[in-house]
Amino acid sequence: MKKFFSYGLVILGIFLLAISGKTDIASAQGDEREFSPEKTLEKVKFYFGGLPFELHGFFEGRGGARTEQDPHESKTVTLGETRLQIHFFKSFDWVKFRMKMDFFYDGVEESGLKVDFREVYIAFSPFGFMEIKLGRQILTWGTGDNIFINDLFPKDFTSFFIGREDEYMKAPSDGLKLSFYSLPVNINIIYIPKFNSDRFIDGKRLSYFNPQLGKLAGEDAVIHPSRQDEWFNDSEFAYRLYRELRGYNLCLYGYHGFWKNPVGFDYHKAKAFFPRLNVYGVSARGGVLYGIGNVEMAYYESKDDLGGRDPFLPNSQFRFLLGYEQEVAKDFTVGSQYYLEQMMDYNAYRQNLPQGNQSVDRCRHTFTLRLTKLLMYQNLKLSLFTMYSPSDQDAWVRPNIHYKINDQWSTETGANIFVGKKDYTFLGQFKKNTNIYVALRWSF
Amino acid sequence: MKRYLIIMLLVLMPIPTLAITAEEVVKNYYAAFYYAGSDLKAHVIMKLVNKEGKERIRELTMLRKNFGGEGGEQKYFIYFFQPADVRNMTFMVYKYPARNSDRWLYIPALDMIRQIAATDARSSFVGSDFTYEDVSGRNLTADTHRLLREEKLGDRDCYVIESVPNEPIDYIRRISWIDKNNYLPLKEEYYDVQNEVYRLFTADKIEEVLVTGKGQEQIKIPTITRRTMKNLKSGHRTEVAFITVDYNLGLKDDIFTERYLRNPPNEAIK
Repeated sequence: MKKFFSYGLVILGIFLLAISGKTDIASAQGDEREFSPEKTLEKVKFYFGGLPFELHGFFEGRGGARTEQDPHESKTVTLGETRLQIHFFKSFDWVKFRMKMDFFYDGVEESGLKVDFREVYIAFSPFGFMEIKLGRQILTWGTGDNIFINDLFPKDFTSFFIGREDEYMKAPSDGLKLSFYSLPVNINIIYIPKFNSDRFIDGKRLSYFNPQLGKLAGEDAVIHPSRQDEWFNDSEFAYRLYRELRGYNLCLYGYHGFWKNPVGFDYHKAKAFFPRLNVYGVSARGGVLYGIGNVEMAYYESKDDLGGRDPFLPNSQFRFLLGYEQEVAKDFTVGSQYYLEQMMDYNAYRQNLPQGNQSVDRCRHTFTLRLTKLLMYQNLKLSLFTMYSPSDQDAWVRPNIHYKINDQWSTETGANIFVGKKDYTFLGQFKKNTNIYVALRWSF
Repeated sequence: MKRYLIIMLLVLMPIPTLAITAEEVVKNYYAAFYYAGSDLKAHVIMKLVNKEGKERIRELTMLRKNFGGEGGEQKYFIYFFQPADVRNMTFMVYKYPARNSDRWLYIPALDMIRQIAATDARSSFVGSDFTYEDVSGRNLTADTHRLLREEKLGDRDCYVIESVPNEPIDYIRRISWIDKNNYLPLKEEYYDVQNEVYRLFTADKIEEVLVTGKGQEQIKIPTITRRTMKNLKSGHRTEVAFITVDYNLGLKDDIFTERYLRNPPNEAIK
């Protein structure tokens, strides 16, 4: 705890040093009655307005805890961190440079002051029809809301499930993105020379179902998968072709790489690993009825187990998503999705399943519902996201209240509630991790 | 016979020059206010002030291009500088004359495009007192317009027009004072169901913006560079100022596509 404060103080110190000298302008806010746009602009740019590049960020404290003891985790606290994000941006006529880094002290892992470079890239356009983005970047595509089918860029499920801000749902990729426009279809090609996995649930902070042990596990069985980190050999390749057609966005996708979670198990080495994966998919999104509709599907080809006979490797899958969102009243939006995950070689899976292992269903059906209400001139946001699977009989409920105190300060609180009948289902395995969290952020 | 003809001519002649219908006034108003120039770029600052005097600031660049004539399709591109929670976000609107707009928001921290399900054009634009419709315009045929009178507002000669929505919305009628010279709205009162004024729009500053017209000649486009929308019931108000405004820049069509939504053009960020 002492350590926590000392690191917090270090970060705060760096921060105060950075903004000192500019505070005179900050405190010079008079209550002039006349609206002067130039003066107002000066005021909002007070901190780093004089620099030759953009410099922004935030300073945040965030804490969360389990609502009940988890026998597999020693800590009740799931989140206790002080975080400073610094964000540089410089745009020249021909090239853009962005760097976003987080300095944080994590009171749960107690591993000292850490730096996480979230984005470091240059972007430029060598020809009018082409764009290049090179470096560490956040990548997203696809149409789902918290359900990703054709988006195989790294996610951070730990952050997501313990209540870090939404931006941390995505983890960065190190790679090259090429985009081609002005053709009948637009093309994005992404090459990642060294595999970037998800920041998956490994047991360190959240407990999970370990299929090898056949029970829930946590700190007692932290997953250390074989590393797939050979440059250019363990590479990932993703592409998307898209175009607008009568107001609808149509996409074709492909991915050649690995399952993003260590879902394979090498019983010779007794180690989890990331088996090879190819994905081929399509999506469409656009106005339907009184709102927005989306449909997305993909074939997941589990390349190391094409027949589906290896019980230690995932089966190939068909994934399908159908969604609809509508603003049903002023500042009140309702969105709903149906999601299907179907095993392609179910009979082979059943026949080869070792005795005593729990067999999962051929199809996993999931429904989601999101309610969002904005109040008080959109400064107060109430949202509720629910994911429920009737086939797995499990659910995840995520209420959140976010309030913007003013243009600099904001606060939020929320919870991640997991329920499930069985230990081995997708959401049910997290049922000991139900948590609540609270945060306060100052942005500059 | 000749005498009758002269009388008939005298009776008929002045009619087209004297009388302007309410629809024509509003049509000219929408054209002058929402469709001026072939395209527009404005650096905008908004000040949102609540009843206690607490302020919030929004700073953005707005690009707008007309596709088709007055009252036709338009595309908007917005890039946010302030405040922190929307910084670097881009927002794109395709406005159609006969159906709901399409809207997209790009969240750079997640590299995510969200198409926004917003059927309600009366919802607030970025938490301000202005609605989406106030920003991008309302369909001419959505209301029944009536010319109430002609009068001076300050030193400006105005048409006073009443517009009653054909479908029930958050106000039952709007009274507009429209400048006879440039057709810009100088003041508007919105009446709620109790028939009381609850929203008040005022044009606080009008500037003649010098632009190069189609034939390369210099023309002036009168532009409202300062405006206020005040909610009289809540005491909340929003003041908007154009720090810079330019017309007819020749913005390319593809600025209003996913490419630039993800990677905002220099036109927007500088």
